Amino acid sequence: MSFYLVQFLSGLATAATLFLVSSGLTIVFGVTRIVNFAHGSFYMLGAYLGWTLVERWGTTPLGFWGAVAAASLAVGLLGALMEIGLLRRLYRSPELFQLLATFGVVLVVQDAASWIWGSEDLLGRRAPGLRGSVDILDQPFPLYDLVLIGLGPLVLGLLWLLFNRTRWGTLVRAATQDRDMASALGVDPARLFTGVLFLGSALAGLGGALQVPREAVNLHMDMAIVVEAFVVVVVGGMGSLTGAFVASLLIGQLQAFGILVFPQITLVLVFLFMAVVLVIRPYGLLGRAEDAPPTAASPGPPLVAAAGAARWAPALLLALLAAVPLVAGDYALIVLTEVVILALLAASLHLLIGLGGLVSFGHAAYFGLGAYGAALLVKHLAAPMPLALAAAPLVAGLGALATGWFCVRRSGLYFAMLTLAFAQIVWSVTFQWYGVTGGDNGILGVWPPDWAAGKAAYYWLTLALAGGALLLLRRAAFAPFGYALRAGRDSALRAESVGIDVRRHQWLSFALAGSAAGLAGGLYAFAKGSVFPTLMAVPVSVDALVMVLMGGIQTLSGPVVGAALFHLLETEAMSRTDWWRLVLGTIILVLVLAFPKGVAGFVRDLWTRGRDA
Amino acid sequence: MNRRHLLLAPGAAALAALCFAAPMSVAKAQSAPAQSDGQPIRVGEINSYTGLPAFTIPYRQGWQLAVEEVNAAGGLLGGRKLEVVSRDDAGKPDDAVRVAQELLSNEKVELLAGTYFSHVGLAVADFAARNKLPFVAAEPLTDAITWTKGNRYTFRLRPSTYMQAAMLVEEAARLPAKRWATVAPNYEYGQSAVQWFRQLLSEKRPDVEFVAEQWPAQGKLEAGPTVQALAAAKPDAIFNVTFGADLAKFVREGEGRGLFRNRTVVSLLTGEPEYLDPMKDEAPEGWIVTGYPQEQIDTPEHKAFRDAYVKRFNEPPRQGSVVGYATFKAIAAAVEKAGSTDPEKLVDALSGLALSSPFGPITFRALDHQATMGAYVGKTTVKDGQGVMTGWRYADGADYLPSDEAVRKMRPE
Repeated sequence: MSFYLVQFLSGLATAATLFLVSSGLTIVFGVTRIVNFAHGSFYMLGAYLGWTLVERWGTTPLGFWGAVAAASLAVGLLGALMEIGLLRRLYRSPELFQLLATFGVVLVVQDAASWIWGSEDLLGRRAPGLRGSVDILDQPFPLYDLVLIGLGPLVLGLLWLLFNRTRWGTLVRAATQDRDMASALGVDPARLFTGVLFLGSALAGLGGALQVPREAVNLHMDMAIVVEAFVVVVVGGMGSLTGAFVASLLIGQLQAFGILVFPQITLVLVFLFMAVVLVIRPYGLLGRAEDAPPTAASPGPPLVAAAGAARWAPALLLALLAAVPLVAGDYALIVLTEVVILALLAASLHLLIGLGGLVSFGHAAYFGLGAYGAALLVKHLAAPMPLALAAAPLVAGLGALATGWFCVRRSGLYFAMLTLAFAQIVWSVTFQWYGVTGGDNGILGVWPPDWAAGKAAYYWLTLALAGGALLLLRRAAFAPFGYALRAGRDSALRAESVGIDVRRHQWLSFALAGSAAGLAGGLYAFAKGSVFPTLMAVPVSVDALVMVLMGGIQTLSGPVVGAALFHLLETEAMSRTDWWRLVLGTIILVLVLAFPKGVAGFVRDLWTRGRDA
Repeated sequence: MNRRHLLLAPGAAALAALCFAAPMSVAKAQSAPAQSDGQPIRVGEINSYTGLPAFTIPYRQGWQLAVEEVNAAGGLLGGRKLEVVSRDDAGKPDDAVRVAQELLSNEKVELLAGTYFSHVGLAVADFAARNKLPFVAAEPLTDAITWTKGNRYTFRLRPSTYMQAAMLVEEAARLPAKRWATVAPNYEYGQSAVQWFRQLLSEKRPDVEFVAEQWPAQGKLEAGPTVQALAAAKPDAIFNVTFGADLAKFVREGEGRGLFRNRTVVSLLTGEPEYLDPMKDEAPEGWIVTGYPQEQIDTPEHKAFRDAYVKRFNEPPRQGSVVGYATFKAIAAAVEKAGSTDPEKLVDALSGLALSSPFGPITFRALDHQATMGAYVGKTTVKDGQGVMTGWRYADGADYLPSDEAVRKMRPE
């Protein structure tokens, strides 16, 4: 009995940290609608700053808690700075473009932290006065964890007072409910947003600084927490503090007791939980139906098929690309092969984001399903490459059809997180099913047969298949199917009333996008000769998203441009410097500030402006 | 508004982007030196420098030292310098394969070396076999790279998961403990370590039973609940495979909750400075570990290495430093033995290659291309506010390998 009580308390201590971080995220999201990937980076910065200050002052209780508070405030200021220097300039950009900016911040912070604090894990001082443990029913329990358990509800209470008993809090709540109305009534949104970013980041920093006595501060903390914080926010219901609190409690307990029952399931537990919650409750536990779910698409000028000379541009590009092997070496060819494959991946994601208004955080699942579909056929059935390549889009398409049925019943961030949950489930099955998938050691020896083994031959094959698929995607965009999809994106209600089955179109587009990504995955498998679960992990989904946003979502060529730009930048930076994340992050930030509509959007604007003049 | 040229403009941008990349790579390829006498011997080196800097930076310093020594001694094959082209793999196998291709096509390297993560090592090993290029895997621990997925072109320096588990089983079998609990990261390394430990220990001690197992996700150990769950099973001893930040969390929480009171812990890799140093005075006491007590090893070959390393980098070597150093010394020895940089001759030279490492003499077995480099087995303690190993001995890798017959069965050939 006493064991279960202590396990319960351990779960509460985990929940406290989770709540501090996710409360910040939910506040920021609620008001600004920014999907802030950098939130985990602020948590990590809080831990590092906390470590530095605790090493200096932490010998006395006052010094320790002063250090924690100072670290939290400093991180809050950094958050405010990010709002003023970066995000504020992007409020007129298409929604989600800020996501790209925060991703740039993530990369920069990773390298900055490594540069400032070094690469070694830093084990900080323990909290003075709270080093020992108390016996709870004969089971020792750390004192510091008891303090953390108390801190969770305390912070919730303080935040409640702030939001319900101060003028500023009232304004924030007003802006959460209706941003436009609040600003019409004379509330300066910019200042409000700065304050909100300060508060949210300070909470992340506080959560990080409080970890100093519990664990070694390290460079992987940002990624470890941010996904989980998003899970808490979505399970709790976006913008709901109480929801985040309840969700933290549940997930903390789930982890504490889950490992007793299924110790092997640690990889996927929270995602399974999120998937179940979202399938049952569309807006999380305590969230409310939104009036206007955030979608990716900005109204902008509608897509129109190119006419005249421009119609031949893709064909010209294809011809030029096909001629590249005449001049380029092997390495240039494999990089170009990758670019072409990633262009297809990005374009398939763009079908969802740009045309459907459905932002997927889990698109890597279908890329990975395609790659594994092909690799498994080769490995277990010794299938020839053409058959394996034909199976790739099929397997991924079926996967997308099955998961999409659930996903398209949700919208906005709930949709995005549900796709993420399914992607993580697929990933962990692949990761752990040794007998079939080879687990994390992957499947080796998936090489093309002799006729396609040459770099040029495989490049042409990729160009033909991916080019064909891109053409089909473009065709779909301008077919009645694409128009219906866009109608559903722009106004689901009106689309329904003219007789379009919006959900059905979204579902089919999800399957189409999935199978296109699957083809890309199959091509990728043979290009690399091996497949690993990393192909369907979160970073690949994020990369695909970054490519789409970088190119700009308003044009069909955007994702293609974005994929080429991102991949070439990354490979060049990687082969030149160990600080490639800093370089890439800085370039993303510069691009975001210089081209707030994406690169392709910018070029198009330039073009049309030149034409009109 | 004119929307006609929607596709042309971005298309042109993409083309521009592609064009700047292609000629650049072509130019690079042309600048690479042709194979001839007097030209440097180029080795392509790939590792997770951004993913795991704490381990890979000492490793890089190790191979830098080895390369400098080789070149200072007059180079190889009658005066040709050893030259290393080093790349980051971002911790991803697909990136590693691309980088390997770049090293092969553009940099014209004669062989590949490096990698840390097992899956990255396996991907590069497969690439090496496909392109008939020798590959000396430095760090990856997975048994598969030399056994079930071994190939003609791949060699591995470090003692594998099996070997290190076998070393610890020898100690564990002597303990009175009968009830064992295990905690290991939830991926191949952790799983095969636990599997070998259970199997080998049960063979030596049929009376032991395994009463609990925990599989935290790598980097996401929930320390409190995990420690509590292990304690609840009331084991006599614990086998730990976690490392890095997870290990620090586990040790802290375990001490706080009395998990290690009256229990022996047997722990993989924990004695390596990479993992012991960051824990400072909180390093666990009395754990039986594999590791590298660098400040205490006074064999002539190790002293020479340590002195040279400290002189060059002004800090003590770590496990990674030894691995980097020995990997490149092995490559240099193989080139000399082969008398050429022909890949087939290099592979033949590496098979059965014997050389002296800071840990003493080692051999790359012709049988499975596994080096017989060993590890130090001892107990941890805290001295002057720093975790160190005590009562240690060198466990020669050659003594902790399965029978040749068993190995032959596992290798595909």
